[in-house]
Amino acid sequence: MVPALDTVAHAVADPDREQPWSELGLRTDEYARIREILGRRPTSSELAMYSVMWSEHCSYKSSKVHLRQFGEKVTEEMREHLMVGMGENAGVVDIGQGYAVTFKVESHNHPSYVEPYQGAATGVGGIVRDILSMGARPVAVMDPLRFGPLDAPDTRRVLPGIVAGVGGYGNCLGLPNIGGEAVFDATYLGNPLVNALCVGVMRHEQLHLAKASGVGNKVILYGARTGGDGIGGVSVLASETFDGAADGTGGPAKRPSVQVGDPFMEKLLIECTLEVFAEGLVAGIQDLGGAGLSCATSELASAGDGGMRVWLDRVPLRDSTLSPEEILMSESQERMMAIVEPQHVERFLGVCGKWEVDATVVGEVTEVTEAERARGGRLLVEWQGEVVVDVPPRTVAHDGPVYERPYARPPEQDDLQADLAEKLPRPVTGEDLRATLLRLSGSPNLCDRSWITDQYDRYVLGNTVLAQPEDAGMVRVDEETGLGVALATDCNGRFARLDPYAGAQLALAEAYRNVAATGARPLAVSDCLNFGSPEDPEVMWQFAEAVRGLADGCRELGVPVTGGNVSLYNQTGDTAVLPTPVVAVLGVIDDVTRRTPVGWQDEGLRLFLLGTTREELSGSEWANVVHGHLGGLPPHVDLVAERALGDVLVEASQEGVLAAAHDLSDGGLGQALVEGCLRRGVGARVAVPAGEDPFTWLFAESAGRAVVAVGPEHEERFAELCAGRSVPVTGIGTTHGRGEDAALVVEGQFEVPLGELRESWSGTLPAAFA
Amino acid sequence: MRIGVVTFPGSLDDVDAARAVRLAGGDPVPLWHADHSLQGVDAVILPGGFSYGDYLRCGAIASFAPVMTEVVAGALEGMPVLGICNGFQILCEAHLLPGALIRNEERRFICRDQRLRIESTSTAWTSGYAAGAEVTIVLKNGEGGFVADEPTLDRLEGEGQVVARYLGGNPNGSARNIAGIANERGNVVGLMPHPEHAVEELTGAGTDGLPFFTSVIRSFVTA
Repeated sequence: MVPALDTVAHAVADPDREQPWSELGLRTDEYARIREILGRRPTSSELAMYSVMWSEHCSYKSSKVHLRQFGEKVTEEMREHLMVGMGENAGVVDIGQGYAVTFKVESHNHPSYVEPYQGAATGVGGIVRDILSMGARPVAVMDPLRFGPLDAPDTRRVLPGIVAGVGGYGNCLGLPNIGGEAVFDATYLGNPLVNALCVGVMRHEQLHLAKASGVGNKVILYGARTGGDGIGGVSVLASETFDGAADGTGGPAKRPSVQVGDPFMEKLLIECTLEVFAEGLVAGIQDLGGAGLSCATSELASAGDGGMRVWLDRVPLRDSTLSPEEILMSESQERMMAIVEPQHVERFLGVCGKWEVDATVVGEVTEVTEAERARGGRLLVEWQGEVVVDVPPRTVAHDGPVYERPYARPPEQDDLQADLAEKLPRPVTGEDLRATLLRLSGSPNLCDRSWITDQYDRYVLGNTVLAQPEDAGMVRVDEETGLGVALATDCNGRFARLDPYAGAQLALAEAYRNVAATGARPLAVSDCLNFGSPEDPEVMWQFAEAVRGLADGCRELGVPVTGGNVSLYNQTGDTAVLPTPVVAVLGVIDDVTRRTPVGWQDEGLRLFLLGTTREELSGSEWANVVHGHLGGLPPHVDLVAERALGDVLVEASQEGVLAAAHDLSDGGLGQALVEGCLRRGVGARVAVPAGEDPFTWLFAESAGRAVVAVGPEHEERFAELCAGRSVPVTGIGTTHGRGEDAALVVEGQFEVPLGELRESWSGTLPAAFA
Repeated sequence: MRIGVVTFPGSLDDVDAARAVRLAGGDPVPLWHADHSLQGVDAVILPGGFSYGDYLRCGAIASFAPVMTEVVAGALEGMPVLGICNGFQILCEAHLLPGALIRNEERRFICRDQRLRIESTSTAWTSGYAAGAEVTIVLKNGEGGFVADEPTLDRLEGEGQVVARYLGGNPNGSARNIAGIANERGNVVGLMPHPEHAVEELTGAGTDGLPFFTSVIRSFVTA
């Protein structure tokens, strides 16, 4: 049976009709607020729009009060390169030579658990359209991923699907995947994290913003047809936990709704959109992602002149039985909405025709009265001649509820922090240290990632200078000048669990260090904040602390947050995932030919350890792998030292004195040496400095450190650079021997042939997924 | 020398192929799938990608594109044609080359630096290699397993039409480790690995792929 159309006239005539606001995820007070805004009950279409736009995913209602710090803590220094800050589809950074770069990382966690392949695939698709809608050509993607334990049966369902989805979509789009993360922890078993990053490049003058201005301009919907997939994805999936309604009322469980991706259509959409940009045919543009047409129409109108009329029955459909409510909520992928001046409509449709992309004029920008403007504009949606939506678009897009959620430090946090990993039994003999090194290097979080990354095309477009397993991905932007950008994403959720403030700063510091290690100067930050339920005050405390830490850290390092994403309700039952504030840092390098690789290629290079090693083992991979232990305090954060280290790494690259550089993080110096040796098959002979405990030296995870390889002829200059920035530097040995019979030698302790190291390091993932 | 690079909807490595032509000293000319024109080019490259999404058999739809009428006619008259990855699949679908490409044996997309041996230097695209040269070129495909019936494989081997063979393990289950083949005349070559991603030290697997492009340019100049 087709239900009768609920029009604005009906809403006025029948004010007391029961409405399914609770099933759509709205709370009592939120529904009351909608009635107050409209001065009547909403129509079912209006209710659909408000419910998706006021969802946690779209409105940031729990996180907004904290995220403000990213804006408040911005200094003049940080603004220097910022062309567009937070609030747009993605931030835009000036990288010089007339180029701008836009980048952002987003989550697609919940859909990827329900349907790993499509969830991950459409996560890539969504972030690529965000970048495209800023006017930029997408040039690379990265994927920070989190899974349950490697040996858990469900991980073997979820991981291959997610990896195939990331690859299937990104490969077919022709975007190189240049890095990311894969981290395993028990808390992610029922709630994997799939974050996706995209970076795009444009000339300064190509910048486009999402607004509908110019009365009489046409609203064009182009790309895929609208279907029933992903209806309510943001409100249902991404805004609550899986097990029933989260308001505790025991409301009906919501049916998950995962979208299905068509990367071929997205590829056409990219080429078609870049061509209409180049021809100057676009006055405003917005991609359709979460909340679909509800989001695009209300945000475009709200950001522009405020008035828009949409003929919803003109929207091309895959399923002709869809109701107006469903069309407004559908999250069908590969769709864009453009605002086009009337004289350009024909050419716009012509370009779409060339690329065989459907394009339809579905509305126009309308005039608003002063009174309407004051209310938040006027968005009218018609269906077969009847008005089904008549709302102030600002109230849909921006005036959603804002919650000051209660937060409280968990009482057991003190006990957790008092349970130091430094007290755990440690290996002492050289033989024990050797066994520990081998065991760690083959452990899930430290082993070779190529089983995953070999499923991604890292070469397409021909500008990939560095990709996994390098410290950061790097792509060339200009073939003539060699201008390029580098990107790294990082987060150690175990550190964030021990201290969310410090943990977020450590994530930032690690990504910053990784970018600097390649020779690129860090410029800007995007983040994807993955946490449990905001209705749990202890989770909310983790979130608030992480945001505060990140905002303070960005100010100290002088790099602004340009945009990002918050993903809450990542938990299974009462157990939240590790607090996982994934931080992406973007850097710029004026000449990619001087990039610094992670591995040493030549024998006879001097190896130096930069920074200070402390007895810091809490939260380390050693504590995790050997003892299954999480407790204590994370490594000390010193962002002044971090910045000095970054300066040295960048300056040394500019002067051409570095043969290799590798940041020290998970697994400490031991793991960095393993990776440095295996990358090019050249061994190393190192010695523990006098007075140092060999175990701490090899496995502590103190921040602010890197290991570098320097040719003998540059040794003196390199020491001067370190001295100039007061960066502690210790000579630890030389590169030595080539091939699988060469070895990593720790003098007086042990030696391991590279062949044996490689077997341990590279065998883990293939064996798990054989 | 003007070398056309065809863009089908879903072509991905067209810009890379054009760059490789340029670095080899040629003049790349973009060709559009929907045009019945080769714009007077001297040779054609069908680049890698996922033409039409490859939701049907890879290359099946692209082989019927308008421009293919001219490509097939040119190839039959001796014009050099190189199909890379998806382009190889299209050449097989268009029956310019025998056999077919099927899903990788391990059912996963694979991207890696692949060692190859150049088996034939008597084609338009490989004459610049030393016979038996061992090279490293990027391999990236989901459906790269070359198959053909036994008599066809025997004929390809016997007539010297096997252009390149995988070394160090068969990455995708190709019959007889075949990475690329040529037609009898040697002007049409299909190759699963991507030589256009091995033309710059900076951005690929070295420069071992460059001779594919310099070969055809040199043969044209000397012809």
